[in-house]
Amino acid sequence: MRRQPLKLDATDRQIINLLQEGFPLSSRPYAEAAKRLGLSENGLIARLGMLREIGAITRFGPFFDAAAMGGAFCLCAMAVPGAEFDAVAAKVNAHAEVAHNYERAHALNMWFVLATETPGEIEAAACAIEADTGLAVFRFPKEEEFFIGFRVVA
Amino acid sequence: MSISANDRRIIEATQSGLPLTPAPYAEIAASLGLEEGEVIGRLAALQARGVVRRIGVAPNHYALGMVANGMTVWDVADAEASRLGAAVGALDCVSHCYLRPRALPLWPYNLFAMVHGADRDEVEEKRAGIAALLGDACRDSDVLYSIRILKKTGLRLTRKGGR
Repeated sequence: MRRQPLKLDATDRQIINLLQEGFPLSSRPYAEAAKRLGLSENGLIARLGMLREIGAITRFGPFFDAAAMGGAFCLCAMAVPGAEFDAVAAKVNAHAEVAHNYERAHALNMWFVLATETPGEIEAAACAIEADTGLAVFRFPKEEEFFIGFRVVA
Repeated sequence: MSISANDRRIIEATQSGLPLTPAPYAEIAASLGLEEGEVIGRLAALQARGVVRRIGVAPNHYALGMVANGMTVWDVADAEASRLGAAVGALDCVSHCYLRPRALPLWPYNLFAMVHGADRDEVEEKRAGIAALLGDACRDSDVLYSIRILKKTGLRLTRKGGR
């Protein structure tokens, strides 16, 4: 994580702001996108490489709905006593199904996502974590997802 | 939802990003022994089905100065939840927005919205905006800031699930 925001010029910002979606599916997509941005094909390619290099963008390409590809996901939370926190975190993280895990400021202080190939494995993983830690795993599966207007304005 | 073997190969070949070369789909096609037109056609079909959500850049919001994030959570009336969730999800500052089950009595919240900002003041300001948007339909709310990342691994499609 950087402490200082990156120095980006107007063209960098325009690329980041306008190319968060809608990259063409065509033979020469960079040429097409570059025209909309007032750049040359090679100019856009070079800028994207540079933005990735300096970490202004983490990825460039298609973003997939993981659940639509057959995977299963579930947000889970636990109320972990402070003195046991690090030991419990190690036990939880040891499960390969735990994709990410955050400490958060709340009575429910450990929040993690289980990611498995099938829905049945979610329940098995949650039960295994309960057995390992002796603590309840609260399951918060998504019931509806709203998708979504998130725009990072560079 | 079924994904064909070739769809899956295309997903695996592109999930870390598109080649930065003038004809990226042709390059992917060549690596898979497919025609460029098939790669483009399959990606377009996956996009139409929602498997591909978008094609573009993923800004690194930390690098761009949006270093604060809070998981805002709301207890909204069930009858209004879908309508209000869509309105909250449409806000520029919200990156993820979901309805989830409550876990009473410890957890009365059913609407989750991840809010990003340059600092916590900005997150709080945006949270106040969401509260105003929800109005009387919101009975209770909270915001959970992350203290530490305990684990973070990329979500990657694995061969194990291949069909």
